[in-house]
Amino acid sequence: MSILDMTACQLAAAIKNKEVTVLEAVKAVLAQIHAKEEIYNCYVTVDEEGALAQAKEIQKKIDAGILTGALAGVPVAIKDNMCTEGILTTCSSKILNNFVPTFSSEAVLNLQKAGAVILGKTNMDEFAMGSTTETSAYGVTRNPWNYEHVPGGSSGGSAAAVAANECFYALGSDTGGSIRQPASFCGVVGLKPTYGRVSRYGLIAYGSSLDQIGPLCKDVADCAAIMEVISTHDKKDSTSVLRQDTDFTSALVEDVKGMRIGIPRDYFGEGLDGQVRDAVLKAAEVLKEKGAIVEEFDLSLVEYAIPAYYTIAAAEASSNLERFDGIKYGYRAEDYEGLHDMYKKTRSQGFGPEVKRRIMLGSFVLSSGYYDAYYLKALRVKALIKKAFDEAFAKYDVILGPVAPTTAPKLGESLSDPIKMYLGDIYTISVNLAGLPGLSMPCGIDSKGLPIGLQLIGDCFNEKKLIQTAYTYEKIRGAFSRKEDR
Amino acid sequence: MAKQYETVIGLEVHVELATKTKIFCGCSTAFGGEPNTHTCPVCTGMPGSLPVLNKQVLEYAVAVGLATNCTITQYCKFDRKNYFYPDNPQNYQISQLYLPICQNGRVEIETENGKKYVGIHEIHMEEDAGKLIHDEWDDCSLVDYNRSGVPLIEIVSEPDMRSAEEVIAYLEKLRMTIQYLGASDCKLQEGSMRADVNLSIREVGAEAFGTRTEMKNLNSFKAIARAIEGERERQIDLLEAGEKVIQETRRWDDNKGESYAMRSKEDAQDYRYFPDPDLVPIMLDDAFLDQIRAKQPEFREEKMLRYKKEFDIPEYDIQIITGSKHMADIFEQTVALGSQPKKVSNWLMVETLRLLKENNMDPEDIRFSPENLAKLISLTDAKAINSSVAKEVFEVMFDQNIDPEKYVEEKGLKTVNDEGALRKTVEEVIANNPQSVEDYRNGKEKAIGFLVGQTMKAMKGKADPGMINKLLKELL
Amino acid sequence: MANIISDETIEYVGILAKLELSGEEKEQAKKDMGSMLDYIDKLGELDTKGVEPMSHVFPVKNVFREDVVTNEDMRDAVLKNAPGEKNGMFTVPRTFE
Repeated sequence: MSILDMTACQLAAAIKNKEVTVLEAVKAVLAQIHAKEEIYNCYVTVDEEGALAQAKEIQKKIDAGILTGALAGVPVAIKDNMCTEGILTTCSSKILNNFVPTFSSEAVLNLQKAGAVILGKTNMDEFAMGSTTETSAYGVTRNPWNYEHVPGGSSGGSAAAVAANECFYALGSDTGGSIRQPASFCGVVGLKPTYGRVSRYGLIAYGSSLDQIGPLCKDVADCAAIMEVISTHDKKDSTSVLRQDTDFTSALVEDVKGMRIGIPRDYFGEGLDGQVRDAVLKAAEVLKEKGAIVEEFDLSLVEYAIPAYYTIAAAEASSNLERFDGIKYGYRAEDYEGLHDMYKKTRSQGFGPEVKRRIMLGSFVLSSGYYDAYYLKALRVKALIKKAFDEAFAKYDVILGPVAPTTAPKLGESLSDPIKMYLGDIYTISVNLAGLPGLSMPCGIDSKGLPIGLQLIGDCFNEKKLIQTAYTYEKIRGAFSRKEDR
Repeated sequence: MAKQYETVIGLEVHVELATKTKIFCGCSTAFGGEPNTHTCPVCTGMPGSLPVLNKQVLEYAVAVGLATNCTITQYCKFDRKNYFYPDNPQNYQISQLYLPICQNGRVEIETENGKKYVGIHEIHMEEDAGKLIHDEWDDCSLVDYNRSGVPLIEIVSEPDMRSAEEVIAYLEKLRMTIQYLGASDCKLQEGSMRADVNLSIREVGAEAFGTRTEMKNLNSFKAIARAIEGERERQIDLLEAGEKVIQETRRWDDNKGESYAMRSKEDAQDYRYFPDPDLVPIMLDDAFLDQIRAKQPEFREEKMLRYKKEFDIPEYDIQIITGSKHMADIFEQTVALGSQPKKVSNWLMVETLRLLKENNMDPEDIRFSPENLAKLISLTDAKAINSSVAKEVFEVMFDQNIDPEKYVEEKGLKTVNDEGALRKTVEEVIANNPQSVEDYRNGKEKAIGFLVGQTMKAMKGKADPGMINKLLKELL
Repeated sequence: MANIISDETIEYVGILAKLELSGEEKEQAKKDMGSMLDYIDKLGELDTKGVEPMSHVFPVKNVFREDVVTNEDMRDAVLKNAPGEKNGMFTVPRTFE
């Protein structure tokens, strides 16, 4: 097996057994980056020098028996909205075109402690606002399954980098589907953990109450291994939750006997592509054959999740993005007349259209006279959605459905109509509103040769049930990877 | 007959809490550091940074709330107040609007017409802003975030005050209470206590409130009194001229004795408050409140009653000493070390107050320790030093908190109790001052004072004046 | 479109958000915001009487730090990315009249 075809856990094992050195792995992946970046543009920044230097350090620690973990020596790509000390961090925005953080996000530090080699920073929708990675100020990322198609978003660079073997795994962030949907479009595994499971310290916030960091990787075993490393209680993040149940690899068990799986009828209605529906229902069938108890049910409120989400996310974003003002870091406009003009010019030139659209909407829904009608109303609807999930999880261990209504659209098809683009998030968004974990994994290929994603949703802190179900399905489904580059 | 107007005043008082660290990060709150040396990613609004609440801030806020008879909000949250300004690094201030920590309190003040209650609408916790300095050379402003994130409580009163005197009585009361709690030093000049005045006027007897203005930049009690008078007159003039008072924020210029509106078309005054998703709710159970209650100190009123019972000192002294928690602490600790209350009180009332006044200091600034004051008193009790030497030593002690025993020893200031040596000096003085001696013998009683002085001078002040007197009378 | 966004509203939101839009951008923003609000108005169909607004999904509460200084002087790091710096401070256009 060539190095690039290995999963993260396989590579770490090979390094441990001295079949491969860390430097060989880094060089192999850098060569792949050199060969493919021109087409796919997965990265905003590749830290070649840093990666080579880390490789030597980490190899020494592995040889000395200091680093023994399941990911030691494996090269990783980080979404460009997570701070990395000494490495440019742009959020794919012009307004952070020169921002070099002086500290690293907690999730990145955890990976480094486990012996990860940071390759660089992956492209994304600007400030994670988008579903296609087309709103990046640094060019679009293309889908490795077909470069005329988008990789999804906002963690499109991370998903594409994993699919294109430009890294062995990646971190993404998910506010309304931003890990699961690109994972689905690029045929990789992605997990959005329970809110509070992974520290948000160092993650540049979009919607603080919804954002969560998670892995994008080649298979379910990698997903469990990465989760074990990044799930820590962090005193620097007030919303971080102290948990003991972080032994995710213990859930890599091929068994779903008695697992109660609910299929929400609401997820299979109008707007869902027929091929996606068939592939997802077939996956449910497979699990049923393995002994799972599968039944349909009505989740309700699905159509209200998107308007509630856009109200809450835009409101929080409008406030979170106020700090980008040209004073402390990042871009500052060149010509201005006084303070307020400096603010306006800096922000108007620094932010792209989609970011401005959401800041405007968010500022409006919080403004005097509208707060109750829009923002508080959305928070009430959020409470109802959470309640609907609570009721569902009283009956089921796992909810199974599609990740997105379609497979990856062509470049340029989505951005023209924002509402239509937002509708693409219909199956992922309510998971963020309710703070639940959601896993996305490939379950088929459509007639265009594009991967189809299956979504498994669990109750809060029930990631292990998702991993067990996903692992079982993966074993039956068999290997899933691209045949060749297009 | 001219119309009679009543002034209606409410206050918003910001108090900087005496914590060691900032409200949401582990940076020091110490004064006087070089610009931006007490900062970190959190208090400079770096992308990706997150706030975590300092528990001491909550405890101080609850303690102040209990001391001002507030209801403590047992489920409370922080909200973001959004506005762009360079002293505010995130361009939102973390504050409390919807569920402030304390509500519905009141404090009692003394007025000309007796006791009166001032209602407290709410007390909330929030973060302070950084400092802007104007740079003339480059015609720009410079931002220092050392103060950014320093914890504040804002105490919002009801519009219950009717005069500058009542306002000052209320402020004094708040200051005393908070100082007693140790929650802040409450210095107006240094900005650790800041008051914004909301003022409106209405015709005497009217029920409805007039339109109010908010006045900022008041950094002494005198400025507050002048600003209230100035604003009252400005509003009366407007109404008498048939014009309207506009609801606005005004900045008081104490040098010019006038205020001007702080307005800008870029100020929408629409703060878009919403709960800060980066912070989690605070839920306080009764046990927590009981803990804080148990830690509440003896406040001034109780202290005054106890002093009256325990110590034989004048009512006036009690008032002055208990007027500062720090001074009262020094008093009690010195007495506890065995000094006579009356003597301790005298040192505080006479020499301490004089030196405070001369040095333009507050009682809170007293640096000498109760141990050293007790030592000084026992030196005088033992007649080891005379009263004028004691005053000299006290001045040094006031300034540098020296140990008086060591100081007296080192400087050789001890009273010479050797009667032989003193007798010899007195004899010399009598021999050298025949004129005075004659005057005295001719019945000029006063002349003896001169001779005492001369003897004291010859002894370099280290003699007991009583003994000199005795010897002089004997030898003359 | 049920929600018609006026020029004044766009102007006002621009002041709040510190964004300056060109004429063309303004027209687009009016259209986008109007259609987004129409979409959000769908929430009105739901009866939420008596439902508490939910900020935090998981009942985390009382997260505090002790009052202990943990940060050393990190001025250089804080100023590292400043577009303008002088005497250890950030420079901004003058704020005093």
